[in-house]
Amino acid sequence: MSAADAVDLYRPVPGAGEGGRISATGHGEGGPASKRVIVAYGFWIFLLSDIVMFSCLFAAHAVLQTATAGGPSGHELFNPKNIAIETACLLVSSFTCGMSAVACGVRNQLWTQVALLVTGLLGVAFLVLEAQDFAAMVAQGAGPQRSAFLSSFFAVVGCHGLHVSAGLLWLGTMMAQIFVNGFRADILRRMMCFNLFWHVLDIIWVALFTIVYLIGEGR
Amino acid sequence: MSDNWDADDVAPGFTEARAYTVREDIQGYLVGLVLAALLTAASFYVVYTHLIWAPAIPIALVVLAIAQIGVHLVFFLHLTTAPDNTNNVLALAFGVLIVALIIGGSVWIMANLNERMMPMNHMMQMQR
Repeated sequence: MSAADAVDLYRPVPGAGEGGRISATGHGEGGPASKRVIVAYGFWIFLLSDIVMFSCLFAAHAVLQTATAGGPSGHELFNPKNIAIETACLLVSSFTCGMSAVACGVRNQLWTQVALLVTGLLGVAFLVLEAQDFAAMVAQGAGPQRSAFLSSFFAVVGCHGLHVSAGLLWLGTMMAQIFVNGFRADILRRMMCFNLFWHVLDIIWVALFTIVYLIGEGR
Repeated sequence: MSDNWDADDVAPGFTEARAYTVREDIQGYLVGLVLAALLTAASFYVVYTHLIWAPAIPIALVVLAIAQIGVHLVFFLHLTTAPDNTNNVLALAFGVLIVALIIGGSVWIMANLNERMMPMNHMMQMQR
């Protein structure tokens, strides 16, 4: 991907301005960008705003990480094995989600569905493990009402879990749409937005396991 | 406005079906997966071993996380330095600025307030 992008500057561009100036679509004399590009840009802006919202939860958690009010700390509560498995689930699901985009690119119904199904199953596995973790914590009296640390913990991790749940619902509808209607232009755009959403969830999880679990482990 | 493939314009997360073969596409994702997995493994390894001086571990973790987020952005979201990607990258840069202000600012201010606060046992004694 990068090799092709690097030579863009010297590649003759259809519709380039006089004197060989580069004006790709959406820039200068290149005319309006295609709908696909505009849709993805708008969704990218939404995702960035979602990231900003998460950053508020992260900031609260970073401040409250040591405010355990005599209750259990992260070191006593977290199960590193579970967190590692959850991380692996989400990372591999991000990869299989990318595979579904590749299969979509060549309009292959079977592999698109298979890749999406694997992505969904990994997402479900992630949510089940997370729910087990939560249940175990609440069972030993470490629910969100125990301390400021636990309130912010459940807020940030729970919010990410809700995003994954919403993503799974979306994934199911994408599978149905592609199955029933095939690779229509608007469905391909939705698929692209779904891919962005799922990859960004993984990016948020990277920040989450670093700030909440791994740095919290040392406190 | 047309819905045609536009080979010269790039959207985040988009893999160009025409410009690349399926094999190259999958290779790109595989490279990303391997790099991300290595960085994740390094993060966990650093925490549960004594390889790094303990007070430096949080900084090492933050560096590893930022590196991994970079890998995700490049290999999974396909953000590049290509001229057509400028808008996406600029939006991201603004997002990063806001996130840095919120997290950095909160941590800084709250740590400062904590430092200036009277120790708890002093406060208890004054109330008596």
